[in-house]
Amino acid sequence: MKIDMNKRDSVIRMTGINPRTCMKCGKCSATCPSFDEMEYHPHQFISLVEAGRVDELMASESLYNCLACMACLERCPRGVEPAKFVEAVRNLKLREHGGNHLAPEAIPEMLDADLPQQAIVSAFRKYSK
Amino acid sequence: MQRIGVFVCHCGTNIAGTVDVKTVAEMLGKEPGVVFSTDYQYMCSEAGQTLIQDAIKEHNLGGVVICSCSPRMHEQTFRKACAKAGLNPYMVEVANIREQCSWIHKDVAEGTEKAVILGRAAIAKVHLNAPLTAGESPVVKRALVIGGGIAGMQTALDIADAGFEVDIVEKNATIGGKMAQIDKTFPTLDCSACILTPKMVDCAQHEKINIYAYSEVEDVKGFVGNFSVAIRKKARYVDETKCTGCGICTEKCPVKNIPNEFNMGMDNRRSIYIPFAQAVPKIATIDPNTCNKLKTGKCGVCSKVCGAGAIDYTQKDEIIRREYGAIVVATGFNMIDMTKFDEFGYAQSKDVITSLEFERLTNAAGPTGGTLLRPSDGKHPHTIVFVQCCGSRSTTENGKPYCSKICCMYTAKHAMLTREKYPDTDVYVFYIDVRTPGKNFDEFYRRAVEQYGVHYVKGMVGKVAPRADGTLHVQASDLLAGEQLHIDADLVVLAGAIEPDKSARGLATKLTASMDTNDFFTEAHPKLRPVESPTAGVFLSGVCQGPKDIPETVAQAGAAASKVIGLLVKDKLTCNPCVAQSDELLCNGCSGCEHVCPYGAITYETKEFMQFDRSMKPRRVASVNPAVCQGCGACTVTCPSGAMDLKGFSNRQIMAEVDAICK
Repeated sequence: MKIDMNKRDSVIRMTGINPRTCMKCGKCSATCPSFDEMEYHPHQFISLVEAGRVDELMASESLYNCLACMACLERCPRGVEPAKFVEAVRNLKLREHGGNHLAPEAIPEMLDADLPQQAIVSAFRKYSK
Repeated sequence: MQRIGVFVCHCGTNIAGTVDVKTVAEMLGKEPGVVFSTDYQYMCSEAGQTLIQDAIKEHNLGGVVICSCSPRMHEQTFRKACAKAGLNPYMVEVANIREQCSWIHKDVAEGTEKAVILGRAAIAKVHLNAPLTAGESPVVKRALVIGGGIAGMQTALDIADAGFEVDIVEKNATIGGKMAQIDKTFPTLDCSACILTPKMVDCAQHEKINIYAYSEVEDVKGFVGNFSVAIRKKARYVDETKCTGCGICTEKCPVKNIPNEFNMGMDNRRSIYIPFAQAVPKIATIDPNTCNKLKTGKCGVCSKVCGAGAIDYTQKDEIIRREYGAIVVATGFNMIDMTKFDEFGYAQSKDVITSLEFERLTNAAGPTGGTLLRPSDGKHPHTIVFVQCCGSRSTTENGKPYCSKICCMYTAKHAMLTREKYPDTDVYVFYIDVRTPGKNFDEFYRRAVEQYGVHYVKGMVGKVAPRADGTLHVQASDLLAGEQLHIDADLVVLAGAIEPDKSARGLATKLTASMDTNDFFTEAHPKLRPVESPTAGVFLSGVCQGPKDIPETVAQAGAAASKVIGLLVKDKLTCNPCVAQSDELLCNGCSGCEHVCPYGAITYETKEFMQFDRSMKPRRVASVNPAVCQGCGACTVTCPSGAMDLKGFSNRQIMAEVDAICK
């Protein structure tokens, strides 16, 4: 079991949510439509991030079985928003693949009038170190 | 120049740990006017007080500065001690070097520097202190209890038994409150109505208790010992002196489809109604929003069938003004609106009910006569799911951040009684934590699990979806098994959060009593004065102060009563002499102070004033009633001409303190 507090802090920074606010009621996992497909369930994402065990989550298929339906986020009574943690770990995994997939110099060529600015910001977040 | 003594307290290590008390005493000893300065381990102790008293006599002190904890804590202690040594108690000032200094600083140098500055400010103020004498005000020997639930009734009975008159104001047509709707009480399982209704009758029959049912508090004036309260007695359209409570009108009224509030809307009542059989007072009330006669002028059936001739369609609301020495708030609670929680399907299915609705469904006087039947089709439910913490401990906007406290126990009661009466029923309870502190409480919960086989599951219900066949699909977590459960339930019972009654906020404004962010009334001290509001003469009883069960409510009701009795036995109250006074020569008659005064203590009068040419000219000037003024100081900061000043906290004194701090 590897504990990596840097990864924990990155996930917390990305979500902007303190995982300690979770009171472990399990409503997120009760509401999850992909529960049976996921090795780690929404409430476990919170606990494992809090414990610094982000590597286990990053290695799990659960990251891609989350439908991002946001039901857990919607129903959490403490505002912990597990879906954001899944997304943050997913981002961490994407960034890990090394290298910049998107350089600022490449942007002007891609631009067209229909491209929303949000998409560029979001692409940078995911594909650039 | 005053002869001032400075006394620096160590408070054990509370102060001395972060403030160099010896240096503080030494530095303050050099201030102008200070003739004696010392430090001591505990100034509030008997030895500490003696030290102050001896110094007053020995050094002939005219003013005393005590550097210690907050004046809220021990100002009275030190004032009394100094008064015993012959000093006017208002010549004592407390510099708060604990809460506002040692407790918030870590660095000794910083803490010491600040303590010296705070001490200096107090010394500067004492130089300008003048001896004050407290006046007295009489006490009206009658109490008002707002709310006629178990909290209000118990408080009223206890006060009345001590020989004082009590009025109960209840907004509903009957007293009894929530306890009247409950079927059984935990953990003894005695019948709620059987232990409540005798108390209701006691209230009605007690010669010292007067019940204003179907009435609300309109406004409150005055102050501790002398409140003047206007009570709106809402029109019942029934003459209370004539109605015998026979109930014929409630059977003959043609408007039949009004949801019955007493049974949580699960059956209907008529437009003219008596809430329940044991109602006190047992008098019919016409609901003006649904009565045909009052709305259209056509009908009048109740009037025709009433043998006593009690129906009076012309009745109007009546305002009664009465004087009270003390006011007890006992406004109680309601369950929050469960329709906002889409995931529980409360609005989608009749078979998703709240716990209070469940109480009515199992009560002999309820809509099903006490047989547990599904509201949708009247069939026996075979699988029942109880969900705890529905909206409690929730920081979202629909929920409440606090624990509602009573739900764990009443859910265990519901689950146990269901299994007892209907052993073929499968009962699930979903919990986040089971909280059962209290005498025989945990044993009760364990009995539900061990003896009655209730399935307690650690986890929350995420979704309740009605199916076409009438069952409810419950999707939930079993966190201990690491599974997601899918249960086909016949009935889902939601233990919704409780919240203070909506009327509480408006009432708090009328009483100038403070509330917390959840609209619970705040107590004067959370540990040591739990049944008193910070507003003098206002006391708290029951759930209006925070969630509590019946035994706790009754205990608190008694405690509030004892505080009220302690107040009412006094013939006179000592007034606070730190009140506002107006300098008539400076007053420009603008009425600004009169408008901001929350106590109605300021009035204007026209007086003759001599002019430069010795002629007399009338002018409007403010005058303060010192018995009503609470010394809040709102008028002094409003006054544009500087005419208004607060004794003991004069503008000059405050400026002297600021100067001393900035020096």
